[in-house]
This record gives sequence, structure tokens and C-alpha cells, in this order.
Amino acid sequence: MSIFINCETRVVVQGITGRDGSFHAQQMKAYGAAVVAGVTPGKGGADVAGIPVFNSVEEAVAASGADTSVIYVPPAFAVDAIYEAADAGIALIVCITEGIPANEMIKVLPHLHAAGARLIGPNCPGLISPGESKVGIMPGAIVKPGPVGVVSRSGTLTYEAIWALTRAGFGQSTCIGIGGDPVIGTSFIDCLEAFENDPGTEAVVLIGEIGGADEEAAAAFIRQHMSKPVVAFIAGQTAPPGKRMGHAGAIIQGGAGTAADKIAALYKAGAPVAGSPTELPELLRQVMGERAMAAV
Amino acid sequence: MKLHEYQARRLLADAGIPVPEGDVAATPAEAEAIARRLGRPVMVKAQVHVGGRGKAGGVKCAENPAAAKMLARAILAMELKGLAVRRVLVTAAEQVVAESYVGIILDRATKKPVIMVSPAGGVEIEEVAAKTPEQIHKLHVDPVVGLRPYQARNLAYKLYRDPGQARQAADVIAKLYDVFWNADASLAEINPLIANAQGEVIALDAKIDIDDNGLYRRPHIAALRDLEAEAPTEAEARAADLSYVKLDGAIGCIVNGAGLAMATMDLVKRYGGEPANFLDIGGSSSPAKVVSAMKIILSDPNVQSVLINIFGGITRCDDVAKGIVDAFERFDPTVPVVIRLTGTNEREAAAILATMDLPCAETLDDAVKKAIALAQTPVAV
Repeated sequence: MSIFINCETRVVVQGITGRDGSFHAQQMKAYGAAVVAGVTPGKGGADVAGIPVFNSVEEAVAASGADTSVIYVPPAFAVDAIYEAADAGIALIVCITEGIPANEMIKVLPHLHAAGARLIGPNCPGLISPGESKVGIMPGAIVKPGPVGVVSRSGTLTYEAIWALTRAGFGQSTCIGIGGDPVIGTSFIDCLEAFENDPGTEAVVLIGEIGGADEEAAAAFIRQHMSKPVVAFIAGQTAPPGKRMGHAGAIIQGGAGTAADKIAALYKAGAPVAGSPTELPELLRQVMGERAMAAV
Repeated sequence: MKLHEYQARRLLADAGIPVPEGDVAATPAEAEAIARRLGRPVMVKAQVHVGGRGKAGGVKCAENPAAAKMLARAILAMELKGLAVRRVLVTAAEQVVAESYVGIILDRATKKPVIMVSPAGGVEIEEVAAKTPEQIHKLHVDPVVGLRPYQARNLAYKLYRDPGQARQAADVIAKLYDVFWNADASLAEINPLIANAQGEVIALDAKIDIDDNGLYRRPHIAALRDLEAEAPTEAEARAADLSYVKLDGAIGCIVNGAGLAMATMDLVKRYGGEPANFLDIGGSSSPAKVVSAMKIILSDPNVQSVLINIFGGITRCDDVAKGIVDAFERFDPTVPVVIRLTGTNEREAAAILATMDLPCAETLDDAVKKAIALAQTPVAV
């Protein structure tokens, strides 16, 4: 089992004729995802590795029955691509693009809410439900099916954690990168709630970083609503205040958003925090073992 | 990106917000000329990206042009919190009757711009929030609708009882919202907004931070970047499309991905070292980016060892390996370089690096420990 995407997910790739779009469309297909269409305005009628290309998302949906879109277009056009996907009735929009102004995001989110669409990202690696589907850029080779849900604000750090889990024998239900921007469509809480309700998920790994208060909000949710164990890692303990650390959202402002605050909040909520991503499997073993013992 | 006060106040003035007369000066003579032109007592204010300039002695009042010149000379020779003062703003001194605060930030939690006003202006707003939170009034703005005139009026009445001054303040608030929105700002602040002896409401100080993601469509604002206000290596890194933040430690870090780069720094600290920097070479890394990254890291005299940590997803390890070979040929590093390449095309990468006999590591933790150990060992010549 999984959250947000599964073997029935039908994917349309927006920006499929671009360098990243065409490469990752093929990677997703090779992983087994149903990549049923691509969109590049003006290139309708072409195909990319056997995937038909359309001029608009509306046409692509009508012809292919796509229900999920993944966006690989430059920042100046990505916001329009999000509106277009939502207006074409796409239910799940995954925006990989980095560099979208936050002022644009705060306008598009209410529109998505009204349209009933979920946005993951922007500035994210997408998600993968091992053995079922992949939407985005996460490497398929490092995952394996299993009972651990993974949710993270970053990309390669998530791969590092997933790889540690896989090597230690912990497979994953779904791994999801929610994005490193200050304003994103899907929060930690949205994912925790979905994992809590997913019968295929038994425990969750949460990977956060400095900036904002989403980890603190997640900690409050864990304490109040999660029956499944959560373990965490928080990046940025050595980050200086006031400096943007790569991700637009990773910045300590006015003393708020520090790693120490987030770690303390998670511990208080009963979610142990690993000192290194490679220690996550050991923490999982402990919390999942405790549960197994409690069930006896 | 942070704007200097003189740049921020220009944006306010262009939007029609009253600011004191004045101009920016890079030399004492220029400051004197501005003071002479104004023909009245002036404020001489250091233009650096630090808070608390006044307390640090970077803001002074001059009675006449000669005093302005002298003060400008003293302030231009200053370093405030490690940053050299390269310009001063010279403005007409205003008689302050009342000081208030107006600020707008993008609130990440509610995903809306929030306008904060307080009649307790002239001090840090964090201080007001901590001591007298009832003195701060907040309004979340619907970003689709924008700020309605009645909302600006209602905020203004929290600041002034006098209808004329409240009307002026409402106008300032509405215009500041426009500046915030049209500049893709993440913060726009007037502190203090004053009422002077003539009853005029004037923005005495201005602070604006810009969302870097908006700069591509705001070329007039991107042009305001002050390259001298940042470490030269940070400017060089930006030109090479790398995210780099200089720190004070001895372990240079080259990593792909911002989260992993932060985690790598944290592990350096955890295992007893100090990171020299944050550096993210980004997603689809070309060999050229690795070369640029090595050049920047090796130019830092504090660096005693370099750790290259790559988890290949989109990034191909063989591309990184080619960049490493190229960088060694060009720069011939005298400090040890520890390499950890995992993921896409790691075997091809190992083959490329096989002849170089560099210290390698399989896991993140081992790589960090090795880099720390080698930094402490003198290199045999």
C-alpha cells in the first residue's frame, strides 16, 4: 500500500520535450509508472520515447485519462503550468521546478484548494511508491517495497536516508519529498495524516531542516493524532542565522526556525531524532520493536 | 537578497511614500555637499547589512556641512559587526513627535502576507513583541484580493487618533503593500514611521529583503545587489550557479543537494570538526561546477581538508569524478581531499578516480571522520 500514488496512477508530464522532462519521463516509465501523456505547447503530435505529446493538459487528459501531472518547466512558466493542470481536472500535481517566487505560490494555493487539487512541491524531488509508481526524480534503484513511510523537505538527503533504510532491510510504502521552498502545497502534516490512514504504512521517517515552523507543527500533530511511530532527522544544526542555506525555505530568521527548536519539539512529541541519517534504521528498529512487543 | 536603507527608501519614494530629503554618499566630500544642499541639520547613517547601527555608533546627527563631512569620514572608516561601511546616507534631520512601526512579511504558516503595525516604533519589533505584545496589531491579507483601503485605514487608526495623520498613515501602509508585492519582497519594514512637528507622516528608516526567486523578473531590483557587501567567494559561487555560505571551520565541504550539504556540515561538527562552508553544487551537476567548487573551497586559507560527498540521483558520479580529475590538474591541492561518491554511475566514477589514489569512503559517516582525521595530520611533502 502507499499514499498519493499507486499502480493505477496515470501520469502526464508537463514540459516533456525539455531536457529534464524527457529524461525523467523515460526514467519514470522504466520504473513502471504509467506515463500516459506529455505536454509541450506547440509540440502536439510528437512523441517522446513512445509517449504521445499534446499541446495542452486538457487535450492530454481527454486523450489519456491522466489523473496526475508532473511539472518540469522553468520557473517563469511553472506557475501557469500548475494553474493549467488544476483547471484540466488533474487531482495530483507534482512540481519539480525550483525558483518560483513565493508571492506566486500564495496566490495559486487557494485556487488549487477550490479546484480540489493537491500540489506537491514546488522545488521537490516528487514521490515514489516502491514497486507501484514513481512521479518525479527520485532514483528507483535505492528503494524497495515495505512498511516505512518517508517524508522530507529535501532531495539527496532523503535518498541518503532511504538508502540507509533499504540496506538495513526496511522497505518503504511511499517516499515523498515535499519541497525546500517556504510556501509549498503539501505539508508534513498532510503526509503524516495520509501515512496514519494507510494500512500499508507501519512507521514514518520525517526529515526536516531549519527554517519555518513546519516541523514544530508536525510534532504537535504527531503527539495528538499519530498512533504509528515516527522517527526523525533535522538538518542544519550548524547553519548560521540569517543565511539562506541553498533551499529558499532553509533560513533562520529572527532566532526562529532553528534545528534545536525542531529537535526539542519532536522529542517532546515522542518522535526520537537521529544524530545522523545512517542511524535512522536503528531508531526504527527500536520504535517498531517496542510496538511489536506491545502488541504481544 | 537584502537591500541597503538608501536603496529601500528609493523604492518607497518611487511609490509615493514621503521620506526625508537626502542622498547617499561614498566620500566625506559628497556627504558635505549633500548637507550643504539640504541647508539644515542632517543625519549621517552607515549603510551596512546589520541591525542596531545606531547603538554601534553608525548613525549620527550633524548640525552643519562641516560636521557632516567629519562624521561621514569617521563612519566610512568603521567596521560594524565585521562589515566595512562603504556608503553613508545623508538625510535632513526631522523633529520626531511620534514614532510607530509598519512592517510586512510573508507568513509561512498562513501562506499570506501579514501586515504588522505598532504605535511603539523606533525599537526592534521583536523587543515589542516580547515585552508588550498588545502593542502589535496584525492583519493577514488575502493575496488574491490584495489589501483593501478599509483595511489600511483600520490599521492606521491603531497608530494615530488624528484623522489627518491616520489618512497619511493609511496611504503609507497601502503603498508599502504595493512595494512589497511588486518587488517580490519577503520583508518590507518602516521603522520608525514618524509624525514630525508639522504633523507630516514620514518614513524615517526602511528595510527591504527580496525573495531571490523573484529576481529573474525584477531586473531593476536584481541590479541593486551590492557585491562588495558579501564575501568575494560568495559572489564567485553565485556566478558559477553554486549555493555557498562561508563559515569559519577547517573542513571544506562539496555536496550535492542543500539538505545533504547541511547534514554533512552537522556531521562534521558531531564528529569533532568544524565545517568551513556550506556548498551545494545542485542537481544535474556538470564537471565544470565541480571545478568551480574546488577553486572556491581551495581559496579559503582556513581549509585543512576537503570532503566531497555526492549521492548520485540525477547527479551522475562519473560527471563529478571527471570534475575532480580536472580540478586536481588545474589546482594541484596541497590539502587532503576525501571522496565519497555513491549512486548513479558510481562504478564508472571509481574507474576514473582509480589512478589518483585519493582517500575514499563508502558511507557518509566514514567520509566525515576521515576528512577530520586528515585535517589534523600534516601533509607530507
